[in-house]
Amino acid sequence: MKHLLSISDLSKSDALGLLDTATELARVSDGPMKKLPTLRGRTIVNLFAEDSTRTRISFEAAAKRLSADVINFSAKGSSVSKGESLKDTAQTLQAMGADAVIIRHGASGAPHRLAQSQWMTGSVINAGDGTHEHPSQALLDAFTIRKHLSHGENDLAGLHVAIVGDILHSRVARSNVLLLNLLGAQVTLVAPPTLLPVGVEHWDANISFEFDDVVGNVDAVMMLRVQQERMQELYFPNAREYSRYFGLNRDRLKKMKSHSIVMHPGPMNRGLEITADVADSARSVIVEQVSNGVSVRMAILYVLLAGAPIEMGSLL
Amino acid sequence: MNKNIFHLKGGSLASGEKRDVVISEGIIKEIGVSITSPEGALVLDVSDSIILSGLVDLHTHLREPGKEDSETVRSGSRAAAKGGFTAISAMANTSPVADTAGVVEQVFRLGKDAGYCDVFPIGAITQGLHGRELSEMGAMADSAARVRIFSDDGNCVSDPMVMRRALEYVKSFDGLIAQHAQDPTLTLDAQMNEGVVSSVLGLKGWPAVAEEAIIARDILLADHVKSRLHICHVTTAGGVEIIRWAKSRGMNVTAEVTPHHLLLTDELARSYDPIFKVNPPLRTEKDIMALREALCDGTIDIVATDHAPHPAESKECEWQEAAFGMLGLETALSIVQKTMVDSGLMNWVDVQNRLSIQPAAIARYQSQGLEVRVGNRANLTVINPGKSWKVDRDLVASRSRNTPFHSMDLPGVVTETFFNGRATLLRGELVQEMSS
Amino acid sequence: MSVAMSASDITRALTRISHEILERNNGSHSLTLLGIPTRGAHLALRIAGIIEGIEGAAVPVGTLDITLHRDDLRTRPPRPLMPTKIPRAGIESRSVVLVDDVLFSGRTIRAALDALGEIGRPKDVQLAVLVDRGHRELPIRADFVGKNLPTSRSQEVKVHLSEIDSLDEVLIEEGGTQ
Repeated sequence: MKHLLSISDLSKSDALGLLDTATELARVSDGPMKKLPTLRGRTIVNLFAEDSTRTRISFEAAAKRLSADVINFSAKGSSVSKGESLKDTAQTLQAMGADAVIIRHGASGAPHRLAQSQWMTGSVINAGDGTHEHPSQALLDAFTIRKHLSHGENDLAGLHVAIVGDILHSRVARSNVLLLNLLGAQVTLVAPPTLLPVGVEHWDANISFEFDDVVGNVDAVMMLRVQQERMQELYFPNAREYSRYFGLNRDRLKKMKSHSIVMHPGPMNRGLEITADVADSARSVIVEQVSNGVSVRMAILYVLLAGAPIEMGSLL
Repeated sequence: MNKNIFHLKGGSLASGEKRDVVISEGIIKEIGVSITSPEGALVLDVSDSIILSGLVDLHTHLREPGKEDSETVRSGSRAAAKGGFTAISAMANTSPVADTAGVVEQVFRLGKDAGYCDVFPIGAITQGLHGRELSEMGAMADSAARVRIFSDDGNCVSDPMVMRRALEYVKSFDGLIAQHAQDPTLTLDAQMNEGVVSSVLGLKGWPAVAEEAIIARDILLADHVKSRLHICHVTTAGGVEIIRWAKSRGMNVTAEVTPHHLLLTDELARSYDPIFKVNPPLRTEKDIMALREALCDGTIDIVATDHAPHPAESKECEWQEAAFGMLGLETALSIVQKTMVDSGLMNWVDVQNRLSIQPAAIARYQSQGLEVRVGNRANLTVINPGKSWKVDRDLVASRSRNTPFHSMDLPGVVTETFFNGRATLLRGELVQEMSS
Repeated sequence: MSVAMSASDITRALTRISHEILERNNGSHSLTLLGIPTRGAHLALRIAGIIEGIEGAAVPVGTLDITLHRDDLRTRPPRPLMPTKIPRAGIESRSVVLVDDVLFSGRTIRAALDALGEIGRPKDVQLAVLVDRGHRELPIRADFVGKNLPTSRSQEVKVHLSEIDSLDEVLIEEGGTQ
């Protein structure tokens, strides 16, 4: 594996291998061994053409714990926001000797362009591209589900996960649908019809417009962030109506199975898609998702970068 | 040897009849079996080839004036000659927009100067292509360029009142309104066909209905005011059905399909390579089959290239940042052979109809699209359908390289193009200087 | 291919090593055994079992995966990580006995020492191996050796343990490319 662009690039054993590696790395990180020499001398660039402090920090922490050199190349004040082309940026990073580029970009497919062009030779890791995918988020979500509901090992067969909210614009949802299916879980998407993409009927997922019908039947409820501007774009009438039908509140929490967990990729809109008491409840694993994120991202970096460099003949 | 006397020896006409053709003094001088070569004639053995009436494109973007780095009238004319075209129609979305007599006359004159084919300017329907006030269509019609086709292509004339007025206004000079059917509010920021693939790729969808709704509306408007409507680049099975219905009711509408929409599907977007980004977008297999059937049964009248050159930087970027459009002139006939002839749907008479005779008739290009007959202007295309070639974007005559067919093996090699009796393409090579 | 140690050879060697460890450390009270996965981990468990049989008290035993500390990661495709399990008592001020199957270049042990250093500061570190085949590339030696096995560099030493390989034996194979 050279790049991580989409969950669809992974086989089941790739995915399980990443989760197992993350499990070991979490064990190591939980102990006194905070820093590992594994990626000493490797240069990793965080190319964030779109603001995302939490994902950037998570990848940065992961890279530093593995002793990689990390260069942050963020949107604000950088050439990326001044209209420099992706190609020129990539060639700059190539010249700087980047072994890997972790890219967050507003354009769907930007990581594919980086990886498939001849602009640079390093590994490309998709840290969220437009409304396409966010593979590391899906892996950390699967890691979290596995830890709570599958004893931290094996796949997720027999589990049922609901993903609730703005599926249309969600890269988290796309990656999660692919990965949860790969790991044997069943997925139900819950959203108003306006926030489901045309073509969703071909995805490996059940569709429901009724959160109340679904909430009691699943092992995990994954709430998605709803952007306020969707209201102006007529996807739903207002926040009150959205919360009433698609928000996770105390009443719906009570209907959940006793072992089931509440997830959210963050950042949350408390009061819109999730009420504050639910977000802070014992069922919520939202904070834990963040810490699991570092272990999972360490695993991604380990698998992509620790071994022998992939043979390359194209550029030089 | 007189360089303007040619003896095409042993070729076939579109009908399949084996005939020699002699070109002299700008016209088809003689057609017959085993003709003796006239004195001074350049004899060309075309025994494996088909001689067609010169191809006519009603939808070409030449980028001059304004973006000469992507294409000029001259480079586009050369690409046309290489693809077998003897007439092209320069779309109005240049900079400045071709919405005045001055601009269309400039383009017309540049075409004359280049000398590789007729360059007929298309005039803008509305000033600046903004869709609000009508441009001076009368003046453009009266100008030296004799404009008869008007289009805001690139933009849709979405206001139904503006569309109605335009359709009415051009009646006085037998003009044709060519509509780019795309409802703008349904396609805001749209990137590709809306369907399974867009849902997976997270690229904003471009619904078929955005095209079909405008087609339906404009057909009804044109029928109401009894004017002539042409639908540019139809891409959907639904659009085909609406046009078929209109024609069955005797409504005066014509339609075109591009070569790329006859061959390529939205599956290609999975690469995120913007070389496949085009407006209207690539659709599905089912749409392709409907378009081929419609071209075959005449529901769609013609093939038009929508040749849209772009500089490298407009495609070497993220999909959503990239420009819409692909090259078409140099590959059009091969794509039509591949999709329509080799598949058994059409014969070469049909091809000649859809790529030469019909487009010239729709556009009222008097000297173009004439049957291969003695006395007619010698605008001819010679294609060897038994040979194939590999598309190489580095070898195109166009100034841009954005062909989606790069490295594809295509059937049918255009070996000669004759424009007004002079060879613009000879033995597969462009004639280097045509201006007289 | 020849058999360098039989199942009974291995059992005898481990018993002897266990006695030597106890003798050297005056019993088992300050001992912690850490096996290096995969086979070292099983050997550590066996030694711990023998010691418990002799001393009548359990000795803390764990595993120490050294993959993340290897200096040759970039020469091969990425390897899966093995579990690291440090006994609850930790290693601080303990006598840690590292257990591995074969001692060769010494690089694995160097990595293990690095890994240990990240975890804590033991009183001392000792090394027990089933086979020492020579060809050291670093100044490292074993404190307890099951068998010294003279080999050439081109030979390959294979340790099979019944826990994972269905039988106990040590083989020497010719011509394994390094």
